[in-house]
Parts: sequence; structure tokens; C-alpha cells
Amino acid sequence: MASLKALRARITSVKSTRKITQAMKMVAAAKLRRAQSQAEAARPYAERMERMLASLGASVAGSPDAPKLLVGSGADQVHLLVVVTGDRGLAGAFNTNVGRFARSRIRELEAAGKTVKVLAVGRKGAAYLKRDYGSRITAEISLAGKKRVEFVDAQEIAARITAMLEAGEYDVCTLIYNRFRSVISQVPTAQQMIPAVVPEGSATEAATGAQALYEYEPNEEEILATLLPQNLAIQVYRAMLENAAGFFGSQMTAMDNATRNAGEMINKLTLNYNRTRQANITRELIEIISGAEAV
Amino acid sequence: MATFQLELVSPEKLLLSRAVEMAVLPAAEGEMGVLPGHAPMIVTLRGGVIAVTENGQVTERLYVAGGFAEVTPERCTVLADEATPVGQLSKAAAEARMRDAEAAYAAAAMETPEKRDASMARLLSARAMVQAAEAA
Repeated sequence: MASLKALRARITSVKSTRKITQAMKMVAAAKLRRAQSQAEAARPYAERMERMLASLGASVAGSPDAPKLLVGSGADQVHLLVVVTGDRGLAGAFNTNVGRFARSRIRELEAAGKTVKVLAVGRKGAAYLKRDYGSRITAEISLAGKKRVEFVDAQEIAARITAMLEAGEYDVCTLIYNRFRSVISQVPTAQQMIPAVVPEGSATEAATGAQALYEYEPNEEEILATLLPQNLAIQVYRAMLENAAGFFGSQMTAMDNATRNAGEMINKLTLNYNRTRQANITRELIEIISGAEAV
Repeated sequence: MATFQLELVSPEKLLLSRAVEMAVLPAAEGEMGVLPGHAPMIVTLRGGVIAVTENGQVTERLYVAGGFAEVTPERCTVLADEATPVGQLSKAAAEARMRDAEAAYAAAAMETPEKRDASMARLLSARAMVQAAEAA
């Protein structure tokens, strides 16, 4: 049985661990709230952008010189996966879930004879994929140290994706991220960005109604040329926001569990400590009594 | 006077959503006044100031760095890349951006025409910001 001193040391150490996990939980909860409100604030723009794109896209998609960002390069050979993960750990299975999802996706695509390239946003995703698919990672973007997700960062990533398309480095671009369903549930999701997916219902409606209705200034092509990169940036931005919210949600749950486990551990250790102490006292008493009897 | 719903959204938040009488937008091909019942249009915006009129007076002036607007007879939605009330613009920040844009434009002189146009648009947007900041 461990000595009293060793037990005391362990109890203190678990207690300070509990303090840390508890503090991390509080911090995650506060950051989660901020991330959620930020995600909410970004929604109106994304919705209106989608509506505009639906009416524009339907009128241009048919023409042969439609922009590449909308229709892709026509081929389906090289796939670019943009994998969005957190930059830090200690968030349960959050990063692993996206990583695993991305990995099975890569395996599927490669089994079908496609070439896969990976653009990793967030340090953890790159670290996860590096072991098996290190050669597919073309770039790694880390936003560690940033207080909040900013639109400028999303724009930069989108510019990179666009530049790669123009250089003919891939044909299809898919965004992989953790969709934030609730604080305790995040779902790894794949969303195709290039060729753009025009929402079904509104597309047919726009094709019949809006196309004839709207006037465009300067003209459809030029508007699309600025609207599409912006739309790409918005999609990346949204994924980053959902990722941030999901990360903090997951971290909160993980830290809550850790705090609870630490509490249980402390109870167990304390019980053990008291038993050992009692056993020691009893033993000492027996020694004294038997000593006195011998005299 | 009749009004229509004006919405101004930036990627980071919804800035404005209310009924107004008139809005003047800095459209890519010249200023454009929007009144209720305007023909449906989708336009791109250059950098400039959106002036909002309510009760016969200009009540709000906002600088946008560029973006799009969707106009329908009863609604006008502005998707701005970035929007700030003119009163909150900082002249120093505007001038710094102007200098950056000038340098970028000079550097883009040897690039493709598209890239040159893009940096020219940024330069003009920065110039509009300086002017707006000076006027405020």
C-alpha cells in the first residue's frame, strides 16, 4: 500500500488538475457563446448571397463561357479537399472526427483512381493526415493565436483556392469541416464548393422568374466574376465559424468530463488515504498495548 | 412619403434593416438613387458612400469598400465587403490604406490586365474612403 505521503501528493496533484480543467471549461463556455453569436451574425449575409447567386447562376450556367468557379474545369480527376480543424487539442474527439472523415474520403477517391490534394486549415488536421497522406498536403494554414475568426483570413484562403484553380491544379474542390449541430454534437460534413452547387428549388424558380426580371449592371459575367470569389470566401468563413463554435463546444464537454473524472479520482484517493491512516493508527495502538502488557 | 426596406449586411454582421425613403448607392457605373418601386436590378458597387434619406433628410451616411446590391420594387439589399458609418472613419487609417493600395497598384503594373483592374478598383475604393473621411 502506498505511503501516506505519496497519497497526499497525488491528491494535491489531482486537485490542481481539476482546477485547471474547470477553468478551461469556463473559458470554453465563454468563447463558445462568442463564437455562436458571431456565426449568427454572419448568417444574413450568407443567405442573401445565396439568393443572389441562385438567380444569377441559373441564367449563366448554360452558356459555354461560364466562369470556372461556377462550373469547374469540366474534368473530375484532381480533387482538392479543404480540411478545416481546430488549432489546439484538448477538445475530445473533435479534431479526430474530421480527420477520420477526411481520411476515409481520401481513401474512397483514390480507390476510384482520382488524385487527391489537401489544403489543411488548422494545425490539428494537418498533423492527423500527415502520417498516412503527408504527400497529398499541398499547404497548411494555421490560425493559432488569433482571438477570433476574421473574414479577412477566410478571404485569403479563398484567394488561394481560386489561384490554384486558375493554375489548373485541381478540378473539384470540397470543403470538409465539423458542422455545429449543438454543443454536444458536431457532425463532420463535406460540402462541394467548385463547381458551385446552386440550391435546387430556387434555381428552377429563378430560371423561370428572376432571369427575365432582373437587370444587371454592368452585366451578368462581370457581376459573377466578383460575386463568385466572394461566395467562396463566405463558405470558407462559415466553415471556420462553425468549426470554432464546434471546437469550443467540444472542448467544454471534454473539460466537463475531465473535471468530473478528477472529482471521482479525488474521492477514491481520499478514501484510500483515510483507510491507510486508520490502519496506521490501529497498528501503532496494538504496538503500544502489547508493549505495555509485556512489562 | 412612400418607403422601402433597406438592408445593409456585411459578412460579419447585419448593419441596417429599416424602411427608408431613398438610398443613393455607389454603383460601379455611377451613383444610383433607389426609390420605392425601382426596377429589379443586381449591381456591383465600387468603394463609396451610401446615403440614406428618411423624412426628406439624409439621416445616415455609410462608407462601403465595395460589394453588391439587389434591388426589387419593395426591397433593397446591399451586400457590402466592409461597411462603416462615415463619422467613424479614421483619416489616418484611410490614408494608410490608400498608400498600400498605391504601392500594390504600382507593383501590379506588369501583371495581367485582370489583376491590374482589381488593384485599380482597390485603389479607387481607398481614395473614396479618404474623401469620405475628410468630408466627415
